[in-house]
Amino acid sequence: MTASTAGSTATPLLEARAVSKEFPAGGTSLTGRATEVLHAVDRVDLEVFPGETVGLVGETGCGKSTLARCLARLYDVTAGEVWFDGRDVTHLSRREMRPLRRDIQVIFQDPYGSLNPRRRVGSIIGDAFAIHDLEKGAARKARVQELMELVGLNPEHYNRFPADFSGGQRQRIGVARALALRPRMIICDEPVSALDVSIQAQVLNLLIDLQDELGLTYLFITHDLSVVRHVSNRIAVMYLGRVVEQGTVEDIFDGARHPYTKALLSALPTPDPDVADSREHVVLSGDLPSAVDPPSGCHFHPRCPRARADCHEQQPPLEPVDGDPVDHTTACWHPLAHGESLTSAVPGLGIPAPEEGEP
Amino acid sequence: MRLLEVQDLRVSFSTDDGIVEAVRGVSFDLDRSHTLGIVGESGSGKSVCTQTIVGLTRGATVTGNAFFDGVDLLTAQPDELRGIRGKRIGMIFQDPLSSLHPLYRIGWQIREMIQAHDSSMTRQQARTRAAELLGLVGIPHPEERLDDYPHQFSGGMRQRVMIAMAMALNPDLLVADEPTTALDVTVQAQVLAVMTRLQREFGTAIVLITHDLGVVAEVADDVVVMHAGVVMEHAPRRETFYHHHNPYTEGLFDSLPAVGAGRRRLTPIAGTPPSVIDLPPGCSFAPRCPYAFDRCWVSEPPLARVFGDVHHWSACWLPADLVARTAIRDRLRAETAAAGETAEGAAS
Repeated sequence: MTASTAGSTATPLLEARAVSKEFPAGGTSLTGRATEVLHAVDRVDLEVFPGETVGLVGETGCGKSTLARCLARLYDVTAGEVWFDGRDVTHLSRREMRPLRRDIQVIFQDPYGSLNPRRRVGSIIGDAFAIHDLEKGAARKARVQELMELVGLNPEHYNRFPADFSGGQRQRIGVARALALRPRMIICDEPVSALDVSIQAQVLNLLIDLQDELGLTYLFITHDLSVVRHVSNRIAVMYLGRVVEQGTVEDIFDGARHPYTKALLSALPTPDPDVADSREHVVLSGDLPSAVDPPSGCHFHPRCPRARADCHEQQPPLEPVDGDPVDHTTACWHPLAHGESLTSAVPGLGIPAPEEGEP
Repeated sequence: MRLLEVQDLRVSFSTDDGIVEAVRGVSFDLDRSHTLGIVGESGSGKSVCTQTIVGLTRGATVTGNAFFDGVDLLTAQPDELRGIRGKRIGMIFQDPLSSLHPLYRIGWQIREMIQAHDSSMTRQQARTRAAELLGLVGIPHPEERLDDYPHQFSGGMRQRVMIAMAMALNPDLLVADEPTTALDVTVQAQVLAVMTRLQREFGTAIVLITHDLGVVAEVADDVVVMHAGVVMEHAPRRETFYHHHNPYTEGLFDSLPAVGAGRRRLTPIAGTPPSVIDLPPGCSFAPRCPYAFDRCWVSEPPLARVFGDVHHWSACWLPADLVARTAIRDRLRAETAAAGETAEGAAS
């Protein structure tokens, strides 16, 4: 497989160093300043090594897409640094960024919304060449058709419109467009979430094959844990703007330390009745708190069945728990021991939420 | 008597492109306190099927019967239907934001629904009942939240409000169309827990439409698998997951990223779901089916009992015998494995 354990010696291809991103929220005061600030991403460190797939998981509003957009330099970060291939790219201008865009590409979630319905597929995929002033005329057409073939589309459909393609085929168009300039890094933002399972499998296979053939590096953002488990070498779990746990697929799925990771895993419906009947079900109470006014200390403490007094005082650092390998890090004051159950701490079903939901 | 008995339901729409045969002869039944899961890909007709039962497919040509507690919902008079829909049959839809009116307070919307079906209730009684319902589905401080607007609720809370409304009059049947699809897993777990708890308390029967086999494994008693408007397989939950007969069901399971299997290629179902306009003769799944043989292309298989089990039905021409069917599957798997490997691998 890939460089999952290359670890500390290799240089990360893409790296976030204490990246924060804030958005103005609420109204603006007379001076035009925002009255409130939404902390979408809060001092996140993340490394993606060449050839590997890092899965970024978390629920709606946890900041995973914002982080990805910061890393692709689609957003400017509020604080921190973004490094690509050993170089600080945080403050490069648009023009300085342009050659780098060939190396970092993004595949978006919605195969319906991310393709212009009035343009032909050939010109959508060929855009990359036009923007970077490469390959003209017949050569461009030949390259585009080559790409269409690579992602499993019929090259003769060059002149068709997106509407003539099904959801899975449209996602292939998005993949072909991302691959046009032979990038080294692809950020996949929920690439299969809008697709049916059978079609989802086709697109996942395609992404895995392309990685093996072209030596691509992926940052794979999804809320679907079974998908992330399938494609990733390493996984980072986010909650309310922070990474709460990071490790290899086995670390996360078999030895989760953070109560949130554990709760997320237990909430994942398993297509196996025996497992569904016998495993522990942790139903988290309450809703995701607002990122405008996040809870103090550990952001997860108001919903955490293990929370104690110290949890709301200080933010726990992201570091290995005793006995864990250095690349399995957890941000929790009271991490779970191996095989420890979370249900024992939850009285009853835990349905009635004890605290105020999101306003 | 069964609570719900659907017999040979056919629904078609006439469009500019031709006649869309969305549902082509679907039958199933459901008892109190039971949950029926209906799964299938987009366009398989699973939503049209249940929407027709509750009378939401205007302009469609409908034949067949759908008996609810002895009343045929498809031929009943509007007056009779009014006493059943909303009152004895509750409905939950996929998108909780567009199912609530954005300009009315949550409390008003629940109250209006209660009073429409029970005119004896006073305004104050209905309000009390509304607060009680919000508490029941786990919304904190229900009394105060009654005066909030839908946008002040999160997605999961809105979906719980929808459940509260659907459960307001203790219906005998709850029709839930992808109730958790738009929600995150932890919120989905909360919503499913609320639904199953209410089922335990009130004996409600649930028809749950979903594309998520995981959700089906968690809550369904029986499973109907649909493809191109017909039932491909109908069996109890464990049979569906462990001893499925139909190649389409098999394909759905093979496309799932398996737990514990790690990073490997998946086996997707070939092709895409067929258009239900002008379907060719034969089995609708044949063009995508790895087992398809001569007979599959000429005549459509009926839903028949398989594996000697009275509760297990499958629409497929493959042998109905467990041993024979398993042997065929194993042979195909061996062949695909051999074809996938290089020269040495193919020797077997």
